[in-house]
Amino acid sequence: MPAGGQRGQAGGCRGAKGDTQAHAAAMIASLLAIIAREALRFIHQRERFLAALVRPLVWLLVFAAGFRAALGLSIIPPYQTYITYETYIVPGLCGMILLFNGMQSSLSLVYDREMGSMRLLLTSPQPRWWLLFSKLIGSTTISILQVYAFLAIAALFGIDMPAWGYVTVLPALLVAGLMLGALGLLLSSFIKQLENFAGVMNFVIFPMFFLSSALYPLWKMAESSELLHDICAANPFTHAVELIRFALYTELNLPALGWTLLATAIFTAAALWGYDPARGAMRRKT
Amino acid sequence: MRSILAALLIAGPVSADEIWVTNEKDDTISVIDIETLEVTRTIDTGERPRGITFSQDHSVVYICASDSDAVQVMDPETGEILHDLPSGEDPEQFVLHPDDRRLYIANEDDAITTVVDTETRRVIAQIDVGIEPEGMAVSPDGAIAITTSETTNMAHWIDTETEELFANTLVDTRPRHAEFTKEGRELWVSSEIGGTITVFDVATQAETAKISFEVQGIHPDRVQPVGFEFTQEEDIAFVALGPSNHIAVVNAETYEVEDYILVGRRVWHMAFNEDKSLLFTTNGVSGDVTVINVPNREAIKSIKVGRFPWGAAFRPTD
Repeated sequence: MPAGGQRGQAGGCRGAKGDTQAHAAAMIASLLAIIAREALRFIHQRERFLAALVRPLVWLLVFAAGFRAALGLSIIPPYQTYITYETYIVPGLCGMILLFNGMQSSLSLVYDREMGSMRLLLTSPQPRWWLLFSKLIGSTTISILQVYAFLAIAALFGIDMPAWGYVTVLPALLVAGLMLGALGLLLSSFIKQLENFAGVMNFVIFPMFFLSSALYPLWKMAESSELLHDICAANPFTHAVELIRFALYTELNLPALGWTLLATAIFTAAALWGYDPARGAMRRKT
Repeated sequence: MRSILAALLIAGPVSADEIWVTNEKDDTISVIDIETLEVTRTIDTGERPRGITFSQDHSVVYICASDSDAVQVMDPETGEILHDLPSGEDPEQFVLHPDDRRLYIANEDDAITTVVDTETRRVIAQIDVGIEPEGMAVSPDGAIAITTSETTNMAHWIDTETEELFANTLVDTRPRHAEFTKEGRELWVSSEIGGTITVFDVATQAETAKISFEVQGIHPDRVQPVGFEFTQEEDIAFVALGPSNHIAVVNAETYEVEDYILVGRRVWHMAFNEDKSLLFTTNGVSGDVTVINVPNREAIKSIKVGRFPWGAAFRPTD
């Protein structure tokens, strides 16, 4: 980890400016270093990349094929005409990649803590919020690469989106990835041991994924239960998926963006609180 | 720039070409603006409108008002019914002869084809055909008219000089639609329950090919070809496959099905725009019209119309 910026020796305006520049350079260097570490970890774990791709592809090519005729037909925005079930679940599966990666990132943080590298990271002279933010950006970048790999394979199977959709989806993936990464950070501040990660699967990933619009539209959920529909509508993952769905069709879903940003802010604030050595959960662990 | 703006202001809004769709259960016609792909007008008709076609100069539109037992003649500008033609009972489909005068009408309940002179408004002939006649076609040179009978499972060949049958050919179960192609050398007939299209050589009335369909994930019983249309070069046919909710794209040279396009529920008939770059399909059960980008073979929009849209016809407005 690079050292912090040199403290300015000379007084006056020029010294202060130089100080700020050096400090900013150090912050960027630490951001790049953390992203590079995430990328290295990702490259060295090819199974992880394959697993991250196989999971949504199984849903797309096996599950969706079986349910092709079962969903029923209805045109909902952003779609202008009838779509196959495979086309419907693509945005949800993009969200699934981001969700699993967010949680994976949480797992790696718990691992880092157990191995001691977390202590090394947090004792860096950079502000803790910046280190956590860098970690968030790093894991989101990797997630986005995986989403694009998934979209490319889906396109090879004939499940493609409008050409510009592949561009306009990028900011939506970034926002959704940050939100789910922040949730992962928050969870990692509370999980004491690696073994407890199974609980995350049961109590966070599955409910978040199934109680959302990833696999079925909300109107379909409302047909069976209003309560389930309301839970799905409150689930931030639903809004992340809808943000991605609209962006893939070059449209902006403002309410979905608003809810996703709000959830990102809440999760990030809670994660920072959790990692604050004076107050949060880290007080008990570090 | 200013002069262009002024010219635009003086000219007012330019009206775009239209697709006219009959709504069987609403007794109306929905008029779709091809530019905006929106319904701009809804016009009342007689009871249960089904077949629809325009005169060659598009000055009048003919509508099969089946339960009113009439073919209605409408002014497309005003939507006013000008008069009824004596159509015989329960007219379902018809075809306008290239002379722009004789209308060949299938009378579903009477097992006859009625030939009406649209100028004198008189019945010229009534030709006995099979039970439940429906599909109607006329060759480009106007020499042959075809009626398909749904229950007899035949294509009946009518000599338009004598207005008499000169051949009957068997096809698969429940033939619904017929079209001539390749400058009148071939006749295609769709069979709804048989799930096929039979291709005939017109000169010999001999069957030359049979086209079958198979939509992934859909039970074969639900794959029911009904209406179909050919592209500009007549090298590709788009075939409506009824409750399978798909349109098949058929190579008219090899008779191979190249693609299937998802549209609304129970698609039966269709109409092209002027340059045949857009295709509009009527989806009866979902009550909408799906617009297909023909070069891309891709559904781009579905437009809500009335209940149970049935027939469709193109109307240029310039």
